[in-house]
Amino acid sequence: MKLLLGIGGSDDSIRALERAVDRAAETGDDLTVAILQNPATDAAPADIESRVQSVLDGMSVTASVRHLDGDPGSQLVDLAEREDFDRIVLGGGETSPMGKIRLGSIAEFVLLNSHVSVTLVR
Amino acid sequence: MTDDRAYPDEPAGPFPTPPTTVDDREGRPITIRRYDSETDRTALAAMYDAFDPADRAQGIPPTGEKRIADWLDSITGEETVNAVAVHGDDVVGHATLVPDSDETAELAIFVLQAYQGAGIGTHLVETLLGAGEAAGVERVWLTVERWNKPAISLYEKVGFEPSDTESFEHEMAIRLH
Repeated sequence: MKLLLGIGGSDDSIRALERAVDRAAETGDDLTVAILQNPATDAAPADIESRVQSVLDGMSVTASVRHLDGDPGSQLVDLAEREDFDRIVLGGGETSPMGKIRLGSIAEFVLLNSHVSVTLVR
Repeated sequence: MTDDRAYPDEPAGPFPTPPTTVDDREGRPITIRRYDSETDRTALAAMYDAFDPADRAQGIPPTGEKRIADWLDSITGEETVNAVAVHGDDVVGHATLVPDSDETAELAIFVLQAYQGAGIGTHLVETLLGAGEAAGVERVWLTVERWNKPAISLYEKVGFEPSDTESFEHEMAIRLH
């Protein structure tokens, strides 16, 4: 399966990365990692990339790493549709102090706009 | 978490402080009081065990004994403010303030299905806010599904105002002090 993981540096996006790489190690999924600019975090793209690389190296998985500039949700959906990905994988949101699940703005846009299947990692 | 919510300028209230007793619209005597973890935990867990999962909101309350227990541990700890609505020996409603900073807290409320629509929720929220005010909570926020008009009306009646209308869930906030 041809997977596109979007990662903007939030905690839930890091968990999604780890789970997607674990799964790719088992299944041989064709994984592409798209580094996004998430306005809700101040993670630098270079730091995210080194985190991505160390998770990939740790599981001996190879993936192509891309950087997407501009609005993260729309850029991700555009890439997935243009290059015929089978699935977009994203962090499934943070939980509030109360334990309520709160969807991030990128996941919200992607869920409502993507014609490609979407997996939210919880 | 940074607190960049738009809170109302003026404090709401005054609110009643627990304990209070009211007859609900079905004529059932309901006592609203602070939650006591020593004596109320079993009855509170029983309420959530009986709770209709169709009324879950954003993943809470969870289902299953273990998930309910873990969740109750996390929302009834130190620094939280909890109130229960009690009918006889049964807990039929629960409202909680869970702090996310020294001055602000998130609110949630659940009323058992057979007791909904009887005015208990309004009393429970007001009394919880009275308890929160007394405990020094300055500002309170919550999220609610946009389609849940009865809940939004209840929160508006109590004094909550919309604080973030752009996110997926409807966010509302109130100032206590």
